Amino acid sequence: MLKKLFTFNGGVKPDYHKGESNHLPIAEAPLPAELVIPLHQSIGGVPHPLVHAGDAVKKGQLIGGPDGNVSSAVHASTSGLVKAVEMRLMPHTSGLSAPCVVIDPDGRDEWIEHAPVPWRSMSPGEIRDALRDAGVVGLGGAVFPSHLKVNPGKAGHLDTLVINGAECEPFITCDDMQMRERPEGIVKGAAILRDLTQAKQVLIGIEDNKPEAVAAMQAAVERLKTERIEVVAVPTRYPAGGAKQLIRVLTGIEVPHGKRSTDYGLQCFNTGTAYAVWEALELGRPLISRIVTVAGNVATARNFEVRFGTPMQDVIALCQPRPDSDRVIMGGPMMGYRMPAATVPVVKATNCILVGSKALFPPPPPEMPCIRCGECAKACPVDLQPFEMYWFSKAKIFGKAQEYSLFDCIECGCCAYVCPSRIPLVDYYRYAKSEIWARENEKTAADTARSRYEFRLAREEREKTEKAARLAAKAAETKAKLAAQAAANSDSGNSEKVGAGETAAANPQALIAAALARAQEQKAAAHPENTEQLSPETQTEIVEIEARRAKLREFAKAAQPHEDQ
Amino acid sequence: MIEAVFVMALGAVVLGAALGYASIKFKVEGDPLVEKIDAILPQTQCGQCGYPGCKPYAQAIAAGSAEINCCPPGGEEGIRKLADLLGREFKELSAEHGVEKAKSVAFIDENLCIGCTLCIQACPVDAIVGAAKQMHTIVATQCTGCELCLPPCPVDCIFMVPVAETVETWKWTYPIFEVKRAA
Ligand code: SF4
Ligand code: SF4
Ligand code: SF4
Ligand code: SF4
Repeated sequence: MLKKLFTFNGGVKPDYHKGESNHLPIAEAPLPAELVIPLHQSIGGVPHPLVHAGDAVKKGQLIGGPDGNVSSAVHASTSGLVKAVEMRLMPHTSGLSAPCVVIDPDGRDEWIEHAPVPWRSMSPGEIRDALRDAGVVGLGGAVFPSHLKVNPGKAGHLDTLVINGAECEPFITCDDMQMRERPEGIVKGAAILRDLTQAKQVLIGIEDNKPEAVAAMQAAVERLKTERIEVVAVPTRYPAGGAKQLIRVLTGIEVPHGKRSTDYGLQCFNTGTAYAVWEALELGRPLISRIVTVAGNVATARNFEVRFGTPMQDVIALCQPRPDSDRVIMGGPMMGYRMPAATVPVVKATNCILVGSKALFPPPPPEMPCIRCGECAKACPVDLQPFEMYWFSKAKIFGKAQEYSLFDCIECGCCAYVCPSRIPLVDYYRYAKSEIWARENEKTAADTARSRYEFRLAREEREKTEKAARLAAKAAETKAKLAAQAAANSDSGNSEKVGAGETAAANPQALIAAALARAQEQKAAAHPENTEQLSPETQTEIVEIEARRAKLREFAKAAQPHEDQ
Repeated sequence: MIEAVFVMALGAVVLGAALGYASIKFKVEGDPLVEKIDAILPQTQCGQCGYPGCKPYAQAIAAGSAEINCCPPGGEEGIRKLADLLGREFKELSAEHGVEKAKSVAFIDENLCIGCTLCIQACPVDAIVGAAKQMHTIVATQCTGCELCLPPCPVDCIFMVPVAETVETWKWTYPIFEVKRAA
């Protein structure tokens, strides 16, 4: 069973630190005192809150409804009472807050009623909706809604479905432990994904520094006798777990810059995602927890199954952090994000909570000028020109940076890792990317404003001409009427009046006089009612009505204080 | 010698004719310079520049009758871009036209609104929804923050709310590290 493997260019071999957290089995993190579940946990639209403060919720209950198709649902991760729906600090470098559902757990951890999804008898669209409503997103860290990826592509089938168990980033072992302990769920999930995407073959790629995981997965494939699924050990080199890099290693296909792998009959899912797909469809359980590695500056690094919304510090406390810890990073040391505080909740993107200290991650030496040595380009797994992108990002010439395929950069950090001048290259790329996005948004906003303004001007113009046309038509009508009247007058014998009628039609004075006469006529017709010389019958009627009114008024007065009580 | 002159002259005539033809055949609709300037202006349509909208200001700049530093919403960056495009000198934002402010959107206090529709008529981008004697409201995503709806309101129930930064709009800062004192 020796499969021919390929290689990607570049990459680095950092210290892996994996042995620290993969010797203990996955433990379940206890229920925290309070769960703070952010509504926006995936790429795409922000889900709408479906619960209010004071509502009782069950475990697995939908609390955030997806906003359109490019969005994913969010569920309560335990049973309890909704304390509030409010802004809370997000697990995001910005230190900003966003809407969260805060749940006070009742300790019963009671599931909402759920049943397996009969996906085999459902249409692809219905299955996609089911996955969206189960909140299944990519658990490798990108949290892209999985239902958008579950499609066979233009050709009607995929050539290769890649299941990504490479887990190349240092310190992180959550996929490793899941593959060791729950291989069957992953393989079953991979089989479901294979059927949904009509893939000809499924390759599960695992870095060869995880022999236990490879063995467990291979055993599961044999036990379950799944067809067209193969477990492949790939050489250990960072970032073999990048989607395009793993695809390259397994299939030899190089997906060009700016292209998507589906255009080449390929698709890639993380092993954790495959497991979540299996849970969602075969067990009917939405995604409410994930496996999280806690590592770094702690006494016992370990993996935990953590409910979304659990404060990171609660999970860290289970591992006895060392006293000199001074930061929390979500993700690994290469691609992770620094958290604003340890109190932020675990979310779907949290594959690792890395506790840092000055000793573990010493502050970078000062940045030196780029010497154009080209080391970064050699290390870049995407075959970019990092120093060019750096140069243009630094000079804020973003258009040029984009020309050098800035948006193909996966922010893997290899370039910064090898740079002899210690330039924080990825920081520059992140800066440039967010500036470009902001500009694009501004431009769209300006374009919308321009088109709305032009539309308004056009509308005002149209209304003006329409009004003018209406007035002209009315004037013509009156003219014609007067002319007809004059003609009638002349018919009655007076031939001199023909001319007079005509001048009257043209003469505004005559028009006004005619209008006044009409108004007088109307006034006369709407003669006020006779209130003086009333007949006795009418007078008695009026008295009766007045009496009824007085009685009603008294009733109303009596009712008022009654209502106030 | 004569032939050479003749050939050159013929070439000039032929190419000139071709250019002339092309300029008629491929005539660009509208004034491309005005379009380019208009693309830089923020389209707030607030009139602070002294023109009744961004397009007229763009036309005035193109015609050379206006300075490039009269648009407060465009701010310093807008002026820089205009200076780059037109090859003119960068200037500070002219104070008489206003100051650069953080982007805001209008907000109607719906308890006070009397439904007079005056603000609807003032809004250049139709960002206000309402009808006579009905409560009005602003579609925040369409509002450009031009403030034109503020003065006509008879009960002063419209105010400007700065647009807060969110996790989605947050930007990574320029990587500058603190300079440490040498020990
Ligand atoms: S590795 Fe660093 S110094 Fe060398 S070319 Fe790249 S950015 Fe410049
Ligand atoms: S961070 Fe970007 S530029 Fe640097 S090596 Fe990785 S992909 Fe290449
Ligand atoms: S000041 Fe700027 S935004 Fe306002 S109308 Fe003039 S050009 Fe447009
Ligand atoms: S709502 Fe007011 S501030 Fe907003 S665009 Fe309309 S007029 Fe300008």
